[in-house]
Amino acid sequence: MEWTNTIVQGVLTGGLYAMFAAGLSLIFGVMRLVNIAHGDFIVLAAYLALVVTETLGIGPLPSLLIVVPLMAAIGYALQRGLLNRTLGDDLLPPLLVTFGLSIIIQNGLLELFTADSRRLQAGALEVATWQVTPGLSIGLLPLLQFVAAVAVIGGLQELFYRTAFGRAFRATSDDPAVAQLMGLDNRHVFALAMALSLAVVGLAGVLLAVRANFDPAIGPARLIFGFEAVIIGGLGNLWGTLAGGIALGVAQAIGAKLDPGWQLLAGHLTFLAVLGARPEGLFPRIRG
Amino acid sequence: MSAATFHVRFTDRRSAIGLAAFAAALVALACAPWWAGRDDLYLLEQIFAYVALASLWNLLAGYAGLVSVGQQAYVGLGAYLLFGLTIFADVPPLWAIPLAGLIGALAAIPVAALVFRLRGHYFAIGTWVVAEVFRLLASQVAALGGGSGTSLPASIVIAIAPSRTMREFVVYWIALALAVAILGLILLLLRSRYGLALTAIRDNELAARSNGVDVARVKFVVYVFTACGTAMVGALIFLQKLRISPDAAFSVNDWTAFVIFITVIGGIGRLEGPIVGTIVFFALRQALADLGALYLLMLGAVAIVVMLWAPKGIWGVIVERLDWQIFPLQRRVVFAPPADNIARSKT
Repeated sequence: MEWTNTIVQGVLTGGLYAMFAAGLSLIFGVMRLVNIAHGDFIVLAAYLALVVTETLGIGPLPSLLIVVPLMAAIGYALQRGLLNRTLGDDLLPPLLVTFGLSIIIQNGLLELFTADSRRLQAGALEVATWQVTPGLSIGLLPLLQFVAAVAVIGGLQELFYRTAFGRAFRATSDDPAVAQLMGLDNRHVFALAMALSLAVVGLAGVLLAVRANFDPAIGPARLIFGFEAVIIGGLGNLWGTLAGGIALGVAQAIGAKLDPGWQLLAGHLTFLAVLGARPEGLFPRIRG
Repeated sequence: MSAATFHVRFTDRRSAIGLAAFAAALVALACAPWWAGRDDLYLLEQIFAYVALASLWNLLAGYAGLVSVGQQAYVGLGAYLLFGLTIFADVPPLWAIPLAGLIGALAAIPVAALVFRLRGHYFAIGTWVVAEVFRLLASQVAALGGGSGTSLPASIVIAIAPSRTMREFVVYWIALALAVAILGLILLLLRSRYGLALTAIRDNELAARSNGVDVARVKFVVYVFTACGTAMVGALIFLQKLRISPDAAFSVNDWTAFVIFITVIGGIGRLEGPIVGTIVFFALRQALADLGALYLLMLGAVAIVVMLWAPKGIWGVIVERLDWQIFPLQRRVVFAPPADNIARSKT
């Protein structure tokens, strides 16, 4: 029973990792850009939520109504103003510019909020649990996170394959030059993709901040978790990414159970093992 | 008709002047213990370490197109090998440096086999994961203080040289020698057939491949060579610090972010770039050190501005405007038979 509990917790944490991964995977899919500052944007969203909840006196969940649109706006402006200039054949400019952003966000937050650990208070929701069977209880908050992750992945999947929006994303991803000829404004499409990515990041950041302590330096580790979930699940497959996040969460939970020092190591080693045995990921993309 | 109606020349007057100035600067630097104070020597050692790290990263990313953000893996590995080899295997500290380089190169072989499966940006983050694995493994080594780290025992420190002053001089000269050796090796590598292949890969990987360059092999060789050099520099840096911890030894900011910023600001894909970038980096640091986190924020902003508006860096701008070069790297084809050929064809 103890092990069942460990695995259930791992699965639920995995949902959060899949949400980190979804935003990363989305912009890579559309414009072949890896945002090194992805994790730092998650932390930025957490601090935004902190400011919003403290100034307006509202709870973390209502704060999403402000944080998510704000992050989307930041994403759109960032892509239009800065990142569109970095796109091209050379992979160094986007990498270096987002690396620079990562350093800027980390040190900006450090300057504004100091290195102290913070946490969002969610009141009764924090401790509410659901007793599944005697000995196995699930926290309502982790469950909510997991459901949110599934909803985000499902929503993105729908958006990608069922809407005009998604068609524009896929067309630009397949051939930016032809997409432009067909009347799409690539700069706008890319900016929308980044806005969507940072909206997901906003949601993930607030959910992370309710569940765990955060400080300005924890961003890069979130980037790495998201990245590992993408690669384990298989590039370009959103449901695969969810599976990848779950695999990573379970591996970390089992590692932590064996020895607290092994939590992160177990996750990284699982990633390296998948990379060694199945470099295309567990669920590679199915074209269609 | 003799076979050689043309030959390839590297040196010209500009590079001769540049090299002479470089050699004069080296002599002055080698004499620094006699003219510089203790703090200046320490600063120079750090500059040499960063010139070496940035030159190696430049070779990796600027020439071979392998944009790694995980070179702290090898800095930390070299540092931990220095401590491990001297404490547990009684290796003299100065011998531990080349040994760390050798083991670093060996460790890079399986790592390359894994991370080379990832392309482009994903390769970059993959190298970062490897560095994280190294850091977490190092913090599991209880004998070296686990997560909180340890200091180099006094008996080993004394083995470098008995007096403190002499010890500082020895470490200083090793730092200078290591930086010069790494620069020299990179220069030789770039002038060899590998260098031609690397320059071709830098300019257009697909074209290089279609002209018969074994791109995968060249990249592998460069990755392993860079790991070797980076591990040696890592061992040296922590021979200066005398104290190690996983967070310091595997710091992504100290050993990768700064190194990337230095290379890009100085000029990526040119041998002189990292040297210029390191000088700028330390000048900024000396001037703005009091600003703390704001200094790093500005550094990130400067790197972004340079990347977007002057992607060839400071040295790139200098080359375009003034056509200078310090190191004889540019190949020039000279279409006259060499003098001895003329002599022979007349007889």
